[in-house]
Amino acid sequence: MSTPSVEPVPLPAKRRLAQLAMLAFAVVITLGAYANVGLAIDGQIPSGMLTYGLSLGGFMLAAYLVLAKFAPWADPLILPLVTLINGLGLVMIYRLEEVKAFGASANQQLLYTAIGVVLFAVTLVVLRDHRALQRLTYTAGAIGLVLLISPLLPFIGEDINGARIWIKVPGGQLQPAEFAKLALLVFFAGYLVAKRDVLALAGRRLLFIDLPRARDLGPILITWGLSLGVLILQKDLGSSLLIFGTFIAMLYIATQRTSWVLIGILLFVGGAVLAGLIFDHVQARWEVYLNPEDPELFVKTGGSEQLMQGLFAMSEGGVLGTGFGQGHPERIPLAISDFIFPAIGEELGLTGLMALLMVYALLVERGLRTSIAARDPFTKLLAGGLSFLLAWQIFIIVGGVTNLIPLTGLVTPFMSQGGSALLSNWILIALLVRMSDAARRPAPQAIQDEGMTQVFQR
Amino acid sequence: MNSPLKRVALACMLMFGLLMLNVNYLQAVRAEDLRSDSRNVRNFYDRYEVQRGRITAGNKVLAESVETGDNTFKYSRRYPEGKVYAPITGFFAPESERDIERAKNDLLDGSSADLLIRRSIDLFSGTQTKGANVDLTINPKAQEAAYKALSESGKKGALVAIEPKTGAILAMVSVPTYDPNPLSKADKAGVNKAYEKLAEDEDQPLLNRAIERTYPPGSTFKVVTMAAYLESDDTLGPQSQIDAPTRLDLPNTTADLPNHGNSACGNGRVTLSYALEKSCNTPFGKIGMDLGYDAMKEQAAKFGIGGEQLEIPMPVSASSIGEEEDQAALAQASIGQRNNQMTPLQMAMVAAGVANNGVVMKPYLVNKVADAEGGEVETADPEELSTAMSEETAAKLKEMMVNVVNLGTASAAQIPGVAVAGKTGTAETSGNRAPHAWFVSFAPAEDPKVAVALIVESGSAGDDASGGQTAAPIARSVMEAVLGR
Repeated sequence: MSTPSVEPVPLPAKRRLAQLAMLAFAVVITLGAYANVGLAIDGQIPSGMLTYGLSLGGFMLAAYLVLAKFAPWADPLILPLVTLINGLGLVMIYRLEEVKAFGASANQQLLYTAIGVVLFAVTLVVLRDHRALQRLTYTAGAIGLVLLISPLLPFIGEDINGARIWIKVPGGQLQPAEFAKLALLVFFAGYLVAKRDVLALAGRRLLFIDLPRARDLGPILITWGLSLGVLILQKDLGSSLLIFGTFIAMLYIATQRTSWVLIGILLFVGGAVLAGLIFDHVQARWEVYLNPEDPELFVKTGGSEQLMQGLFAMSEGGVLGTGFGQGHPERIPLAISDFIFPAIGEELGLTGLMALLMVYALLVERGLRTSIAARDPFTKLLAGGLSFLLAWQIFIIVGGVTNLIPLTGLVTPFMSQGGSALLSNWILIALLVRMSDAARRPAPQAIQDEGMTQVFQR
Repeated sequence: MNSPLKRVALACMLMFGLLMLNVNYLQAVRAEDLRSDSRNVRNFYDRYEVQRGRITAGNKVLAESVETGDNTFKYSRRYPEGKVYAPITGFFAPESERDIERAKNDLLDGSSADLLIRRSIDLFSGTQTKGANVDLTINPKAQEAAYKALSESGKKGALVAIEPKTGAILAMVSVPTYDPNPLSKADKAGVNKAYEKLAEDEDQPLLNRAIERTYPPGSTFKVVTMAAYLESDDTLGPQSQIDAPTRLDLPNTTADLPNHGNSACGNGRVTLSYALEKSCNTPFGKIGMDLGYDAMKEQAAKFGIGGEQLEIPMPVSASSIGEEEDQAALAQASIGQRNNQMTPLQMAMVAAGVANNGVVMKPYLVNKVADAEGGEVETADPEELSTAMSEETAAKLKEMMVNVVNLGTASAAQIPGVAVAGKTGTAETSGNRAPHAWFVSFAPAEDPKVAVALIVESGSAGDDASGGQTAAPIARSVMEAVLGR
């Protein structure tokens, strides 16, 4: 897979100035939205505008400076895109807090954003070479497992809204699954790089598909079991689907075997049917998905009301939206977390949602580009896995709240209120930035013309 | 690893594509359905999102939307003198509205196509669109005088006052009535409960008796009979003689038609004017039988009775003189005691027609609609409904009706220095129940400014209620209010 190049490799531009301009643009849009909320609700610019503006602008400037110093070749789009999404999420939460929506707290979310930026910076500063993570493959796996299981442990685990996915920490709760998914991804990447040659070996051929050897089914079965465990013991449909789907995608990237995807889908369908048979709540979600408008399901506890309220909100928004502060997103239960997407849809309309999805798509695209440009398999797998994880998570939650697929609870990355998800996603972004820096950093150039010296690229 | 990565990228693109398609489907295609879903409370919020226009009568505000300071329900509707104007303004409930609030809803809430230009200007200038203001023809003084006079004594009834030359409705009262304020709260359950209570009330406070209910008109209908008689022969006049027996034999029945209280009418042969002044029954029964059903029906139709349904803009119940029966029935109908059914508004139109030299104007309530910036949207254009009689006939009838007030049964309606024309009515009701007391009138006779019809319902004003004693003084107070006396 090496491409000899006779010409010197053209230096990719750092585009630091463009990045700064875009970052400023993202902050300005956010502040405009803030002002908009205040003007719509109270007829005046919110009093906290300056504080919010300075804090958000300050955090992002700090993030930018750290990035410029420690990852100068990093992709210039990633940070501004994340800033924009994070900012819009903050505005929506602020807007919901203004009308006293249950649990909404913009100050708390701003604080988490600050901690997220700090973690982003720390990750960039400490992790100078992400390939160090490859050496921690099994450690990461163990950490991921422990984090995933921790909510089930007595004393520290906590049960909220029927899902046992929380642990108590001083000053609140933490959703360890959010961090577990990062650790597990590092593990998957490291493990698959090591074993991919074996896993890619062809076994029997069935029709036109090369089946893997039976003895290589171990890893996929274990992950499947793990996901089922999350589903059964923690009643967390979303995380279960997220982890399993991402693993299948990474397995496919590592081995190029379509058969793994087919096996994964079969296992998933089997697991879903099994879960549907065992658990009422899984079955209920399926019924709601098929017929959300059913009046009986609407009034049932845990029925379709929440979903329908989200759809009502989106329909109210129509093409142009009601405008920030002028809709009634507080009507949607959990508008601050799982259902923040329909809330945005009500106030910014189809136009806003298309733009938002485009921003998410761009973010995923930058991540995948990093993966393609990366020079070693571990980076390729990890960057590809993290990007797919983002896309998959957005698909699961946005598809769920828009009734495209059955609803499973997950946060909308960078938007939903909640510390754990925001912090872990900022770390995820730091990893992507670190890897894009490595991928875009020019390969060592010959100091002088050494004739036919070739630069190899893997 | 690049080729599977590219395929994964493709899969991601596909996922985003699906999400985008679905969002488009939801917000552009299915939005309409979801918006109108009854479980979507946003429809309910939207009702309170716009500043609805005011309903005014001259400088008086009858209904207005005020900011609540609450973000959920931005505006609330108030009716400063709710009870007085309730039959006109109606109310603005969470799921429905009534009367002017209903008839002019699209203008009041600003959604009417007539306000398109205003909305476009608002869209570009960034101002919140407000509803249009509706100004009514109501004369607050007359309305309040009528409401006061009717409601004070606990009577049930209705009153309509019209400006004869234009058809503008100056007052429209129905008692007992209701307060529209509690029915206009942004609280579905509370409003429904309050509404249920009013709807079950046997006094029917929600009924606008002036236009939604018909009554037998009694002797006030003699004005119509007299008009038909005068029209049938130009030589007839107030001083023409007519037979007025104590009892009129009704053909093909054993019954006779007596005068009120079985009294004699003069000496058995009286002038037309005297017959009307004393409200004798027998001459009018005879007139009706002589003219025949068709002539009576034709004359009634010329006053608008039994014609096209009126909208003022609220729909008005149909009035009628009843189906054709035999001669005996026709004699009774001619004195307003058979199957005639009249709304008070219709009787006001009869009085107004006589007052306006025989021309009946189409009654209307809305004087002007202007958008929030004062730009005119629509203005009333008085319209002729029909010509009820010749000018000469009208003059003769007017003279006789002035005599009714000056010399006859309606002396209680006299206003010093003003020539008042009127006709009383005491309508027998079925069984032995007390009669309805009617009065129709207009003033000043030489240049009429106001025509009034009112009814005080059976039983609500004592057993001896009569048009002259019970109803005439109320009409007088309303006419005085309009004439500024």
